[in-house]
Amino acid sequence: MKQHRSKVYLLLALVAAGILSKFETSISPYYFQIIIYIGINVILASSLNLINGFAGQFSLGHAGFMALGAYTSAVITSSLHLTPGSAASYPMFAAALIAGGLVASIFGLLVGIPSLRLKGDYLAITTLGLGEIIRVIIQSLDFLGAARGFTGIAKLADFFWVYAVVAVVIFTIANLVRSTYGKGFLAVRDDEIAAEAVGVDATRYKIVAFITGAFFAGIAGGLYAHFVTYINPSQFGFLRSFEIIVMVVVGGMGNIAGVILAAAVLTILPEALRAVAQYRMVLYAFLLIVIMISRPQGLFGAKLDWGRLWRWIGRRPSPPAEGKA
Amino acid sequence: MMLEIDNLQVSYGAVRAVKGITLAVDQGQIVTLIGANGAGKSSTLRAISGITKASGGHIRFDGRDITALPAHAIVALGISQAPEGRMIFANLTARENLAMGAYLRRDAAEIDKDIDYVFAMFPKLKERIDQPGGKLSGGEQQMLAIARALLARPRLLLLDEPSLGIAPILVRTIFEKIVEINRELGTTILLVEQNARMALSVAQYAYVLETGTVRLHGPAAEIAVNDDIRRAYLGEH
Repeated sequence: MKQHRSKVYLLLALVAAGILSKFETSISPYYFQIIIYIGINVILASSLNLINGFAGQFSLGHAGFMALGAYTSAVITSSLHLTPGSAASYPMFAAALIAGGLVASIFGLLVGIPSLRLKGDYLAITTLGLGEIIRVIIQSLDFLGAARGFTGIAKLADFFWVYAVVAVVIFTIANLVRSTYGKGFLAVRDDEIAAEAVGVDATRYKIVAFITGAFFAGIAGGLYAHFVTYINPSQFGFLRSFEIIVMVVVGGMGNIAGVILAAAVLTILPEALRAVAQYRMVLYAFLLIVIMISRPQGLFGAKLDWGRLWRWIGRRPSPPAEGKA
Repeated sequence: MMLEIDNLQVSYGAVRAVKGITLAVDQGQIVTLIGANGAGKSSTLRAISGITKASGGHIRFDGRDITALPAHAIVALGISQAPEGRMIFANLTARENLAMGAYLRRDAAEIDKDIDYVFAMFPKLKERIDQPGGKLSGGEQQMLAIARALLARPRLLLLDEPSLGIAPILVRTIFEKIVEINRELGTTILLVEQNARMALSVAQYAYVLETGTVRLHGPAAEIAVNDDIRRAYLGEH
C-alpha cells in the first residue's frame, strides 16, 4: 500500500521534471546553473546520508566516488561521440551514467570492507585516504587529461536528467530505509553488537549502504561532468567531500527531508552571500558554526530523538521528491 | 544434549579469558554458570552467541557445529541472548526494541501476540512503551533485554548477569520471570550469574568457573550445599 503510493509519487515527480524541463530556457543561465547544482548536491547528500546517517558509518570519501562516476561516464560518452540534441544519444548517456555508478560502487565495496573493522574516526581517516587516492590516480593518468582535466564532454545533462535522478534516488533510499529490511539500518546505527545479537547481519547492511551510496554518488558525478562539460581532479578533492558532509550534518543525520533541504540551502547560501564579496566564505563558515552550536542535531532533523523522527517518516510515506522536481 | 561445549577457549589479545571449558546443557533445563569476576562466564556466553569468536574448541547446538558462525546466523538457529550491560537500543523506544527482537520473524500476528505476552510478564515495560530505551531505569532495561531476547522465540535463551546493577527487590522478580519463561514456554536457559545463591535456587544444574576453567559441576542442589562453594561464593562460614 505504502509502496504503491510512493511509486505514484515517483511517477508524478518524473512527469513534473519532464514538464518543468520545457521551461529551462526561460530562466537566466545563472539561476538555471544553481538549480542544477542543487539537484546534484541533493543526490550527493542523500546518498551520503545513507552511509553516514542511516548506517551510522563515517565516510569522508564521497568526492572520490563522484570523480569515478564523472570520469567513467565522460570517457564512455566521449569515445562514443554522443552529441546533445540527438535522440539516439540519450539511451547511451543513461548507460554511461549507470556504468559510472557501477564503477563507483565497486570502489564503494572496497571502501566498505575496512568499515567492517574500523569505526568512527579511524574509518573517516581511511575513507578520506581512499578518496584522495582515487583523485591522485586520476591526476596521474594521461588519457584522462591528468591535472589538465578532461575537456569536450557533451552537454547531455539537463534539468530533466538531473531531477529525474533526484526523484529516483530519494525514492530508492526512502523505500530502502523504511522497508522491513530497513529496520536493520536503525539497529546497526544504534548499536552494532546489539544488532547482531537480535539477528541483524550488520556487515551486510554496512556494505549495502556503501555500495548504494557510492553508486548514486557516481551517477551524480556523471551528471555533473555532462553539465559543466569540463572536469579536472581538483574538483573532486577533500573539500568537495567535506561540503557534502556538512549538508548531511546540517540537515540532520538520517533525516531524508532535512538533508534535501540542507543541500538546497547550502548550495544557494554561498551564491546569496556574493553580495558581501570577499567575506562570503567567512560568513558561510560562521553560519555553520552558529547552526552547529544552536542545533547540534541538524537544522531539520533530530539525531537524538531518532525514534520520533522514524514515526514521523512512517506517517508520511511520500518521498519529498515531488516538491523539488 | 541441546548445547555441547568442548574445550572452549576465548582470548582477548594476550589475555586468555576462557582456558578450555567443557559443558553441556540439556533441553528444557535451567543451567547456570557461576563464579567470580573474570572467571570467564560472560566470555563463554558471548562465544556461544557468536559476539566473541572462540579461539579454540567447539560449540555444538543440536549436534551442529556453530563455533565459527556469525552472531546473526546463530540467532536464526534459535539461540538468543540478553547481553551483559543489557545492550538495548538506546535511541529506539521500548516497543521498537521489542520489534527489533523479532527482526528475523515474518509472522506479524504472532509477533503482536508475543509482545502482549512479554508485556503481561513485565507490566512495567508497558508503561514505558514509547520511551527511548536509554531513558529506562537499569531494572527496566534488564526486563527489556530479556523481553527482546524472547521476541526471537529462542529455544535456548542466554542470560548474562540479569541481576547486575539492579535494585535487590527487582532481582527476585526477574528470577521469578526466568523460572516462568522456562516452565511456561519450555525455553532452555543458560544463566550466567555472580549472584550464586539466586542462580542456584532456580537452576537444575550448575557449573562453577574459576579463572577460565570449570572447577566443579553438578546438580544445583548439590552445589548449593558444597562446603567450599558455600564459603567461596555464598558468603557462609
